[in-house]
Amino acid sequence: MSKVFIALQTNDDTRSIIQAILADNPHAIANEQPAMVKIDAEGSLVVRRSSIEELIGRDFDLQELHINLISLTGHVDETDDELTLSWNT
Amino acid sequence: MDMKVSKKKLGLKEKYQHMTRGLGWETTYQSMDEVFPYAKYEGIKIHDWDKWEDPFRLTMDSYWKYQAEKERKFYAIIDAHAQNNGHLSVTDARYINAVKLFLNGISPLEYMAHRGFAHAGRQFPGVGPRVACLMQSLDEIRHAQTQIHSLSNYNKYYNGFHEYRHMLERVWYLSVPRSFFDDAITAGPFEFMVAIGFSFEYVLTNLLFVPFVSGAAYNGDMGTMTFGFSAQSDEARHMTLGLEVIKFILEQDPDNLPIVQQWIDKWTWRGYRVLTLVGMMMDYMLPKRIMSWKEAWEVYFEENGGALFKDLARYGIRPPKWLDQIEKDKDHISHQAWAVFYNYAAACNFHTWIPTDDEMDWLSQKYPNSFDKYYRPRLEFWREEAKKGNRFYNKTLPMLCQTCQIPMLFTEPGDPTQICYREVDYKDNKYHFCSDGCKEIFEHEPEKYIQSWLPVHQIYQGNCFNEGVDPTAEGFDPLAAVLDYYHLNFGRDNLDFEGSEDQKNFDAWRGMATKNT
Repeated sequence: MSKVFIALQTNDDTRSIIQAILADNPHAIANEQPAMVKIDAEGSLVVRRSSIEELIGRDFDLQELHINLISLTGHVDETDDELTLSWNT
Repeated sequence: MDMKVSKKKLGLKEKYQHMTRGLGWETTYQSMDEVFPYAKYEGIKIHDWDKWEDPFRLTMDSYWKYQAEKERKFYAIIDAHAQNNGHLSVTDARYINAVKLFLNGISPLEYMAHRGFAHAGRQFPGVGPRVACLMQSLDEIRHAQTQIHSLSNYNKYYNGFHEYRHMLERVWYLSVPRSFFDDAITAGPFEFMVAIGFSFEYVLTNLLFVPFVSGAAYNGDMGTMTFGFSAQSDEARHMTLGLEVIKFILEQDPDNLPIVQQWIDKWTWRGYRVLTLVGMMMDYMLPKRIMSWKEAWEVYFEENGGALFKDLARYGIRPPKWLDQIEKDKDHISHQAWAVFYNYAAACNFHTWIPTDDEMDWLSQKYPNSFDKYYRPRLEFWREEAKKGNRFYNKTLPMLCQTCQIPMLFTEPGDPTQICYREVDYKDNKYHFCSDGCKEIFEHEPEKYIQSWLPVHQIYQGNCFNEGVDPTAEGFDPLAAVLDYYHLNFGRDNLDFEGSEDQKNFDAWRGMATKNT
């Protein structure tokens, strides 16, 4: 199974996002590097709006991710509620 | 009783449908073929532009909103950096030379990418890719601007930043990144998208931005970290566009496969060659190192690229050509490139040095198969010679590869003691290449590459001297005349870091920042 990843800047906005991603994807592994966090996951990775909202206590638009996003791999599927990264193989 | 009326809001998919697809139309006064004259000549067959999927479904209104937010963050940090003498917080003034290389060699490419996406986007009959290209074109000009703004803080204090625009079109090593982009923007719109959108953005830019920018943070350079991450926040969208382009083209018609495969082979190799500069920056120019070039290559190319090409295999795509050579080269290219710049430091707009003992130990640990055997002895020898007063600056001109324009510095795959040369006879001339990859790219489009503006050839033809200079005059110094033409100040911008004005100033200013003198 190939790995996908998402990399985010390390800051106050992303702290809860990273926490939510790790909670929703128990198979994901966070790699902390200077000023950034890279989350690797076998097969696929999901970013769920509701989990982030629960942690930050306000509405969150998944497109806000763009502000602190560094990079990602895999096919992207985005809806109002979830952003999913995956490979077909 | 109050009744709660929820505001009817469009979902992401509907909004994208209305605000992107809904903006296109079939032209009637002029035929679509006349309005989009470059859409067919490359041989790519598209039957239904509506099959285009933009996974992020970003519309222009949201685009402006998020980009504005990024700009506010960016300038707040850049102001703080300038107000706080941020340039004195970097680990070591040698580091600043990596940033010079960035401004001179990479930032102008952002501007060229801006032009390229504006041009390619204009040429696509489908509205989906047109809007995506418009956004990317705006992103790229933003990157050029934010990089120039942040690095102008360094230009106030250090040498070598002053004429990046002028130098891009003249200085020998800058023809490498420049010709790479010239090649891409003079291709058709589909090839441009495969070249820059897919091969460069998807397959290769992680190597440039992720470890290098994280390395800037590690070396205390808030300015570079900020423009780097601000640019990167757009990259995820660019990468997604690049992948979408490939899938879309391949799904439209089976005849597109061989054309796309040839472009992937060509542009992965072209981009890989340009990244030699980045490898050298990571291994030699960051005083505090974050990961080696080889490690970055393994994570971002072998692992991610491997997953990508495995996925694309269902369309019949195979991994890019020449990967076996790339695999062998990863132990060598950064060392070979640094050696060449050290040799030609008299003709550079940044400083060079021999790594310290600690740094050499780091390199042998990261490159157990190559560093101690091939590169350490050479560096130590040069260090000894410099100590004895024999620092040798090479003043003769190197042979360049006709395709990538890099001096012939790479070795035979599998034999790091033998420089690799390839040649082709074409229409009464002999052309030289650094590799099988560059040779084959030439052979596929010789009429394009015989027009290359090769800095060394241009110097020999007398085209790189200021007006009025007489190369036949007694005592004519060709190097001095070329440096004048480059607007490069001898003794300030070039030569070794040791003894440079930058080194002295940084030490003096850092002293002033920490003591009451």
